[in-house]
Amino acid sequence: MEVKPPVPQIPAPVWGDIKDLQEWEKYRQQRTEGDQTSNTLASLADAIHHMPGGWIVVTTTEKIFNWARSSSIWPVTFGLACCAIEMMATFASRFDVERFGMVPWASPRHSDLMIVSGTVTIKMAPMLKRIYDQMPDPKWVVSMGSCANSGGPFRHGYHVVKGVDRVVPVDVYVPGCPPTPDSLMYGLLRLQDQVAEFQKSGRKPAPTQEG
Amino acid sequence: MNPTDAVSRIREKFGVGPAVDGATVTAVVPIERWREAADWAKSTLGCRYFNWLSAIDWKTDGLEVVCRIENLDRGLVVMLRTRLVAGETRCPSLVPVYRGADWMERECYDMFGVVFDGHPDLRRILLSQDWEGYPLRKDYAVDTPHAPYR
Repeated sequence: MEVKPPVPQIPAPVWGDIKDLQEWEKYRQQRTEGDQTSNTLASLADAIHHMPGGWIVVTTTEKIFNWARSSSIWPVTFGLACCAIEMMATFASRFDVERFGMVPWASPRHSDLMIVSGTVTIKMAPMLKRIYDQMPDPKWVVSMGSCANSGGPFRHGYHVVKGVDRVVPVDVYVPGCPPTPDSLMYGLLRLQDQVAEFQKSGRKPAPTQEG
Repeated sequence: MNPTDAVSRIREKFGVGPAVDGATVTAVVPIERWREAADWAKSTLGCRYFNWLSAIDWKTDGLEVVCRIENLDRGLVVMLRTRLVAGETRCPSLVPVYRGADWMERECYDMFGVVFDGHPDLRRILLSQDWEGYPLRKDYAVDTPHAPYR
């Protein structure tokens, strides 16, 4: 009996063969660590701060900037599992986070916030990291639900990342399985408080590389 | 072709006594006759529907490959089982008989590390290609480190 070879499928490794992604990876490796623009701004702000009376200017502008930042946090549309349903409910008209200035945006390039809503598998983690890297600084991450916080019920499985904070730095953890829209909204309001206290540069500690 | 007929036909052909549970006939065949058994069941018993294929890890007694094929017209279900000796991972592929066995065998390879001889495209299907080990084996430690996310 003759076995016909199958129709050619996507060859493995998948990512190595896509040209855009190769170029992106090259660019990412060449890029210096940290956000150069905000470092320059930070040193400029430092200089003004140390002039006589300059602190009034600095604190006032920082307040204005932070008010603007915290009242227009755009979360990137990124749903991973069942938590995404609750996230969608939060974005929809009944709970309506748009009154806080949060517009779910379908591009990481314009987003400030990533809500990790669901189980992060080891296969998904590099893609999640890539989306996080594509977001401009300053950026924040909300870990939503037990799975993203710690691995949740799948913690002892073979394929689940035990907490998304092993991949990207997390600012707010929202507990629940899944969290209700109220919980997520509370977490987002806490995040707004955090953003309102945001200081100068967009630098954040890099996630620890284990293993 | 009802289950009783199927039992007598299987006993006649393979010399094994199949177990019957309702419409399900379970036959244990030796590994050398694995593909022959599937081919024969397809042509003779009319089991043209390949339902699923998986494996069981019996630890020191080796792996067991199980597949379920059905005759949908008569409601006949045949479970074919075959035992690999301990430490053995090679098994003949059923893809020449059932085209649908392709992905099931890839999954079986992914999870249990059963290498199917004659499979046209045997590589991992669910886990990433650089995965080490076979997670559904009993000796696989779930805390096997997978850098850098664990």
